[in-house]
Amino acid sequence: MFVVLRLIPGNTISSAFGTDTSALSPQKIEALKVYYGINRPVIIQYFNWIRGFFTGNMGYAFHTGTSVTKLTENSFPVTLELALFSTIIGITLGTLIGLFSASKPGGRRDFIGQIFGLIALAIPSFVLSTTIVAVFADKFHYFPNGYEYATPWKNLSLNLQQMMFPSLVLGIAVAAPVMRTARSSFLETQEKDFVRTAIGKGLKMRRVKFVHLLRNSLNPIVTMTGIQFGYLLGGAVIVEQIFSLPGIGRQVLEGIMKREYSTVQSTVMLIASCFVIINLITDIIYRYIDPRIRAHE
Amino acid sequence: MNKSFKNNTSKQKTWFHYYWQSLSGRIGLILLAFLIIGALCSLFHLLPYDPLAQDPLAVIKAPSWHHIFGTDQFGRDIFSRVLDGLRRSLSVSLVAVFLATFFGLIFGVTAGYFGGFLDTVAVRMSDIFFAFPAILLALAIVSALGHTWIDTSIAIAIVYTPIFVRVTRGPVLSLKELDYIKATKVLGYSTRRILGRHILPNIMPVLLVQVALSLSWAILTESGLSFLGLGTQAPDASLGLMVADAQSLVSFAWWTLAAPSLFLMLSVVSLNLVGDGLRDSLDPTRKSI
Repeated sequence: MFVVLRLIPGNTISSAFGTDTSALSPQKIEALKVYYGINRPVIIQYFNWIRGFFTGNMGYAFHTGTSVTKLTENSFPVTLELALFSTIIGITLGTLIGLFSASKPGGRRDFIGQIFGLIALAIPSFVLSTTIVAVFADKFHYFPNGYEYATPWKNLSLNLQQMMFPSLVLGIAVAAPVMRTARSSFLETQEKDFVRTAIGKGLKMRRVKFVHLLRNSLNPIVTMTGIQFGYLLGGAVIVEQIFSLPGIGRQVLEGIMKREYSTVQSTVMLIASCFVIINLITDIIYRYIDPRIRAHE
Repeated sequence: MNKSFKNNTSKQKTWFHYYWQSLSGRIGLILLAFLIIGALCSLFHLLPYDPLAQDPLAVIKAPSWHHIFGTDQFGRDIFSRVLDGLRRSLSVSLVAVFLATFFGLIFGVTAGYFGGFLDTVAVRMSDIFFAFPAILLALAIVSALGHTWIDTSIAIAIVYTPIFVRVTRGPVLSLKELDYIKATKVLGYSTRRILGRHILPNIMPVLLVQVALSLSWAILTESGLSFLGLGTQAPDASLGLMVADAQSLVSFAWWTLAAPSLFLMLSVVSLNLVGDGLRDSLDPTRKSI
């Protein structure tokens, strides 16, 4: 990440002064380089940045005149909320449609479920978002994201309304692969003896499905959700842009547009760390939901 | 390449026979063929209109016989632009996936076959890449490289190479331990011969499925980048860019959004179906059922 960003032609100085850069004398440019700390060797800049990142100093965003840590403090909760809602929507939708689809493989239900999975997989988040904006804003004149972003502490109902569409868009994108995984996992578990026993001892079908089947096919679903979380954080870039949510994704995009190394670097690093932590959490969840894994150790 | 499939699947029936039996593979291939023909029309200048030609007399016209998908705010024919954008998306994705497959294959096979230090490096590197969401990494690379189509391809290729490393390394690792590969070593075959004639044909099925799926992701990533203004630049047509333009027009001209979205989804759907079909026809365990 660090290396890639250093390769970008142009630097902080030329982006801060624009076309006036050529008017600056070499001495002035030198002085500015010292000021921004970009005169030192790249490797030293790298270690300074790493040290800063772990001590909470993520650099300084020149355009807004605040530190990146401060920016992130405001934007991180937004994306976190978005990711949380989308994951909930994604898991619920994906698992239910997977169950629906797996109940009769090859039948009509399966066909409908599969078609949904395919379309949800193929529709890019920006197409879905643009369509939602078009339909709701123009036809029904309902577009909560037109207002300034409201934090949940200030105006909970407006905040939830603003979160609704973006999390739905990302939720559907997450639901598609979850549904496919859930379906195949259910199909596999259905064949097991204990399911037949459960049906045989006269349990209600619903109980068999939601207690016996779901519980035992949960592992692949959790894995898939963990993987999709990374997609979610990336997809947030586009969705936050369209629905004008001031989250992490937008922070990265603005950083790239304005060529602010410190913002982009630290934010992307933060996103990557989140992804790693989420994967760690899914590993822990495995042990919790599946006693078989604990027994093996 | 076809020869290896024949050896793999059956002696009497060709691989394509099995492929054609899968419904999703059939639909996907037909759809894809239509899209490719459309894209080729654009390549050979067979489009009804020049995708860049502006017509001030036909601004924002609804679909009609003259312009079957209507026109945009500059009077450009949307059907021609969609096909032109499709050609661009497909070529960017093809180049990107070709590069990713090529390098992924080299790294993956060497890592899996030779093991040791090389393996550690390849695995660690791909782990690092996996920690970054694809579109985010592509964004950063594109902003470093530039906005021409080749830059976009390279960016997407870099993002998808680790997937191919992982997909090839696993099978190579298990193949290496099989008796017939050990036998070739005893026979004194050169490493090149073992890799090319005995290992490569066996990882081909997995690889092909991955290529089809990656092509569909690459199309999505390319259009995403274009949508954000970091891919194809105006006035050139691109499906993502057209959707971005349509944002301000869609309230009174629904066709500006519908046409590019439809083609984008069709291409992703068709590639996914082809991937499913390939998996069904090339997976030996499924066929036995």
